Amino acid sequence: MIRQAGLRGHLVLATLALVAMASAAMAAPKFPPLTGRVVDNAGLLSPQAEQRLSGQLSELEAKTGRQMVVATLPDLQGYEIEDFGYQLGRAWGIGDRTRNDGVLLLVAPKERKVRVDVGYGLEGVLTDALSSLIIQNKILPAFRAGKMEEGVMAGAEALIGQLSLPDDQAKAIAAAPPQDQSISAQDGVQIFLIILVILWVFFGVLRGGRRGRGAGALWLLSAILSSGGSSRGGGGGGFSGGGGSFGGGGSSGGW
Amino acid sequence: MSKLRNRLARAALLVLTPLLIVGCGINNIPTKEERAKAQWAEVQNQYQRRADLIPNLVETVKGYAAQEKGVLVAVTEARASATQVKVDASTLTDPAQFQQYAAAQDKLSGVLGRLMMIQENYPDLKSNQNFLALQSQLEGTENRITVARRDYNEAVRDYNLEFRKFPNSFWASTVHSGSKPMVMFQANAAAQAAPSVSFAPAATAAPTQ
Repeated sequence: MIRQAGLRGHLVLATLALVAMASAAMAAPKFPPLTGRVVDNAGLLSPQAEQRLSGQLSELEAKTGRQMVVATLPDLQGYEIEDFGYQLGRAWGIGDRTRNDGVLLLVAPKERKVRVDVGYGLEGVLTDALSSLIIQNKILPAFRAGKMEEGVMAGAEALIGQLSLPDDQAKAIAAAPPQDQSISAQDGVQIFLIILVILWVFFGVLRGGRRGRGAGALWLLSAILSSGGSSRGGGGGGFSGGGGSFGGGGSSGGW
Repeated sequence: MSKLRNRLARAALLVLTPLLIVGCGINNIPTKEERAKAQWAEVQNQYQRRADLIPNLVETVKGYAAQEKGVLVAVTEARASATQVKVDASTLTDPAQFQQYAAAQDKLSGVLGRLMMIQENYPDLKSNQNFLALQSQLEGTENRITVARRDYNEAVRDYNLEFRKFPNSFWASTVHSGSKPMVMFQANAAAQAAPSVSFAPAATAAPTQ
């Protein structure tokens, strides 16, 4: 490529590459290394809790193929948690590369923010509304009382519970979150969510197997049709992401 | 001996030339163009998703705060005009039409922000589960829009660079002369000013803060 371009092309290219690299380096936050399924950099969890949670998370992956990571961060480097979360999920590549079925539970005690980031492929199972309910009902009450470990564990367990359910049950819960008061309005939401999922699958299939939604929707469709679980060999000792991507789905909260 | 060498050199040239041409990035423009278009589809997808949420949201708010007619009508009208501005792949290279689309969507973002603010004055609405669910969906969708716009901008920046890098710009003016640079989203002034929205009618009921 460069051979034919000559010296001038060389220089231009090198400059452009440098500029591109510099701007990319400035735009992206610094991500901590993915040391395991629980990355407790803010030190909120006791070793026992961390071990228990890690076990539950690897069990989830063994059972459903879905990857979930719990991360606590000392700070967000000046970013919004929504901005940080999806980029961290992408950088770590949580979830399968084609199914994009990763979930990230992110806690930033310094900024007093918590976020659930949901991979493209799980947006029908773990909807924004349900993520928000889990944050509001399971995590934030404990956080407000200063019980950080309790909040993280309760939230993670609720998420794992939802992710472990068979697809049809999980969607029913996602479509009709518990403790609703107005029944007619709830029906409206339910119908609306079903339409949304159908639209999503439809658009995804139309757009083919592009990274992200298309692939996610295809996988969802096949999952609905066959509801056959796919297993994958977990990577021996170390844990690593499968290359899944995130698009900003999920919910956040603060306390 | 030298004849054989000549032949070998010629054969090598025959094999290498197409490789060199391909290596020179003749395919970069169509590849990157398709990627940018795919990201654009994602942007539209998310804007559509937001537009689909709005009727339900307006209906729910109306049940608790019918007197906020001004905001409700503004949201409905902004949604209508935002869905009317159609954008397809050809518009992506037309700054005027693109800005029109972006402006319509940004306007909708603005009035939606106002709609979500009136909840402070209606405790019943604020605690309604249906409203809370819609609110979290709207927040999630706005967040997805931000991500999709950023991904699109990234893809377009990469694509537009093809028209300026030296060896590749040659292909842009010859083989791919039909392809044009695309327009990117600008960080809009309205979005940056969003936190300081003044909701004048509600000023009397505001001393909650």
